[in-house]
Amino acid sequence: MSVAEPKVEKILELDQVKKHFTMGRGQVVQAVDNISFHVYRGETLGLVGESGCGKSTVGRTIIRLYEATDGEIKFKGQSTRDLKGEKLKQFNREMQMIFQDPYASLNPRMTVGDIIAEGLDIHKMAKGQERREKVIDLLKTVGLNEEHADRFPHEFSGGQRQRIGIARALAVDPDFIIADEPISALDVSIQAQVVNLMKKLQREKGLTYLFIAHDLSMVKYISDRIGVMYLGNLVELAESQELYDNPLHPYTEALLSAVPIPDPDSKESGERIILKGDVPSPIDPPSGCRFRTRCPKAMDVCAQEAPKWREVRPLHWVSCHLYQEESLKKEEENKAE
Amino acid sequence: MSEENLLEVRDLHVSFHTYNGEVQSVRGVDFQVKKGETLAIVGESGCGKSVTSQSIMGLIPQPPGKIRSGEILFEGRDLTRFSEKQMEKVRGKEIAMIFQDPMTSLNPTMTVGRQITEGLEKHQRLGKAEARQKAVEMLRLVGIPSPESRMNQYPHHFSGGMRQRAMIAIALACAPKLLIADEPTTALDVTIQAQILNRMNDLKKQLDTSIILITHDLGVVAETADRVAVMYAGKVVETGTVEEIFNRPRHPYTWGLMGSVPRLDLSSRETLRPIPGTPPDLLQPPQGCPFAGRCQYAMKICKTQMPETTEISGFHRTACWLEHPMSPAVTPPNEWVGGGSQ
Amino acid sequence: MASSSTENLTPEMFEPVDSDVNEQEALRGTRVSFWQDVWFRFRSNKGALIGMLLILAIGVMAIVGPLMNSYSYSEQDYSATNQIFAGDHWLGTDKFGRDLWTRIWYGAGISLIIAFLAAAIDLIIGVPYGCISGYCGGKVDNWMQRIIEVLYGIPNLIMMILLLIWLDRGIFAIALAMSITGWVAMARIVRGQILKAKNQEYVLAARSLGASHGRLLLKHMFPNVLSAVIVTIMFTIPTAIFFEAFLGFIGLGIRPPQASLGVLINDGFEMLRLFPYQIFYPAAVLSLLMFSFNLVGDGLRDALDPKLRR
Repeated sequence: MSVAEPKVEKILELDQVKKHFTMGRGQVVQAVDNISFHVYRGETLGLVGESGCGKSTVGRTIIRLYEATDGEIKFKGQSTRDLKGEKLKQFNREMQMIFQDPYASLNPRMTVGDIIAEGLDIHKMAKGQERREKVIDLLKTVGLNEEHADRFPHEFSGGQRQRIGIARALAVDPDFIIADEPISALDVSIQAQVVNLMKKLQREKGLTYLFIAHDLSMVKYISDRIGVMYLGNLVELAESQELYDNPLHPYTEALLSAVPIPDPDSKESGERIILKGDVPSPIDPPSGCRFRTRCPKAMDVCAQEAPKWREVRPLHWVSCHLYQEESLKKEEENKAE
Repeated sequence: MSEENLLEVRDLHVSFHTYNGEVQSVRGVDFQVKKGETLAIVGESGCGKSVTSQSIMGLIPQPPGKIRSGEILFEGRDLTRFSEKQMEKVRGKEIAMIFQDPMTSLNPTMTVGRQITEGLEKHQRLGKAEARQKAVEMLRLVGIPSPESRMNQYPHHFSGGMRQRAMIAIALACAPKLLIADEPTTALDVTIQAQILNRMNDLKKQLDTSIILITHDLGVVAETADRVAVMYAGKVVETGTVEEIFNRPRHPYTWGLMGSVPRLDLSSRETLRPIPGTPPDLLQPPQGCPFAGRCQYAMKICKTQMPETTEISGFHRTACWLEHPMSPAVTPPNEWVGGGSQ
Repeated sequence: MASSSTENLTPEMFEPVDSDVNEQEALRGTRVSFWQDVWFRFRSNKGALIGMLLILAIGVMAIVGPLMNSYSYSEQDYSATNQIFAGDHWLGTDKFGRDLWTRIWYGAGISLIIAFLAAAIDLIIGVPYGCISGYCGGKVDNWMQRIIEVLYGIPNLIMMILLLIWLDRGIFAIALAMSITGWVAMARIVRGQILKAKNQEYVLAARSLGASHGRLLLKHMFPNVLSAVIVTIMFTIPTAIFFEAFLGFIGLGIRPPQASLGVLINDGFEMLRLFPYQIFYPAAVLSLLMFSFNLVGDGLRDALDPKLRR
């Protein structure tokens, strides 16, 4: 493990990003709150968390499907907030997204060829014969063939559709791809196909991935680094193996121990941490640390203030009072009172 | 483990009439469930695992569905011959089911308590007060806090995990001999899944209920099942104890399935070996082994003839031509063979 | 141990074969577009097919029928009034001696024109209104919806009657009167569909590729809203025919000597006790039309329903 920060370009930087949704009647859903992280060029950053933790919102905010409520997102050193005209078009080519639902992510009224060529058409990158050739090329890249170009999405299986979605994203030659739960709707054997394809494409084209998923084993398999989200907050971020070997945040610990291991012999190994209760509502999140209502190690200080996002070990970031000396001190004082 | 078979499914064939033709969802399935054990049926979507379980419960809509042949022997009685009236007595009382989606399988207009007491009053002939007491007890058993007040709430007051627990309470209220759990944790998050699986394992021990667990998650299988049946394209391709299936699998599909799942606990960078292609269309099922088209060990015979089931040992059975003495020796992919025991 | 009972197995049957990648990715059947699929499903629905043939037949008769004999719809013959069968008056004559055959098909034609016109106005106003309201969302949507609610709150019958008193009661005026509130339903349905489509992942995908608003609406949302629009139209038309008949019946229909089915029924109603055949013919055509349109509408809804698709 390298101690010094790798001298690699940060392709994407998020600084204190917030995304709140107004629900009417004055209710505000704090879907994403104060998230900061960066993605290095050429790596895969996994983002995990349970449903409703805001991981998809993060992805959609980065690619500007949602407008960030607050904070700054920089892509290749440039803020994405006020992109316009040619700059925006360039951004749309450089950053692409793969979606979750292979049945909803392809327009049922368009042929597969037109779906894949959509980016080419929008950015006027190819026409006529050249367009056709590019489409066939892309189909082959994802393991399909020429015949498939004139078919309609409903004729394909889930795995094939997901690969069509990948081809559509690749058409504009992006270098950053956000994969929003790209495999969670697929069967086990098909998941591996898609993940292996994504890895192959990464090697060949030097892609950077933000891989959003709830399946920890798959995320660990594909990612170089993993960020763990809980109720709109990023609670921990570290290299994949480091996160698995030394989880610092109690939530990460619980999450890791909850994943069933497909090996009957490891049944008894390790104590499983069973979290009590359910995830609170993001409309009215708990004060201080948002995990404290379910945390087996909660202290008084956790209710009083939100923990800070700190690099506790080299390249290992965590947001928890257990790793903040001043918080522990404060807890002592609390106890003394 | 008692040797008595609680349930025995023999050569079950189920098909559905659809707009495009007849889909042969289940094409000759055999398995047994013994008293007090958990049998996991594993397979991918469309392999017929849910249809099989619905056939046991008599929940196949007919038409378009039809049980074409086969027997479902529950304590020696053939459920396929039961009338709807007879089935009603079995359902809920002797065989209960929990579904994947707890929201749609609870009645939104009835309090959770009422949904539990209903079955108790009907099947066990309990009085109102007695049933209520039993229901509170059941809710407490499945781990719902303050069950007395929860009794009077409606399903929408419950979170996803609590709803699934309430479903389990309803299913187990009448102490059924067999519980069919169809993807019980698929819609839930991992931390909630851990809660539910824990609960189910405890209850199984306490109540001595047999469980058929239908899932696609090999991790869940490894942690909860005693025996496993692997289904593919409407057929059981391999059965055995959990140890046999995970440590000494014999069927190439089982190999492929295991090779497709990354292991969280392995530190080395393993590579996944996905199964290429997609499962066959059951509108026109292939003539030979349904897996032959995706199998890297496929032989000529696989494309034309369905292999017979071979007994490896005790419960370990597989349907593959590789078991035939004339077939070439094949070394299965090795990174997981014995991987668990290393 | 192994099953050696299988007969006639030769060693060459156990030769390995290469798996073909293209075979694994092969698709079944031939290319089927959405509309081909819809047509196939529609065709296999007998009721809908019969309904469609009936509508076509009535439509053709509305054009050809009046030309089939020598009488015009307004030609009066006081020497042959109220006759059931009178020579070449195939369906008899009315109280002014006008040829009923000609008048019924002419009336059916007028009714159909009014209904189609009303549906067209619904489309022209309702679809863009719903599209804009749903697509823009936020404040724009809010205001546009308030306007719709106000329109919805006015009893449409009063609105229609007022309009028809004010305007000359021609084909266009009646169609306009019916769509003055009718488009609201269409706008609501389109808005709902657009709102649904807006968050579909294929629309998000197009947005992240940088698609313009026009492209999003025309290429991605509208084609997927179209099914709902078609079904709505198929139920708007019979409603409009019925409403036109109602207006005709209360005396607000098209001006004589022109006729519509409603006017004819009204005329026949006056003569009901003495000459019941006069109400029978137009009523039969009206019922057939209503029936056929509803059959076709149901058939189309089933054929277009994406829930039946995988």
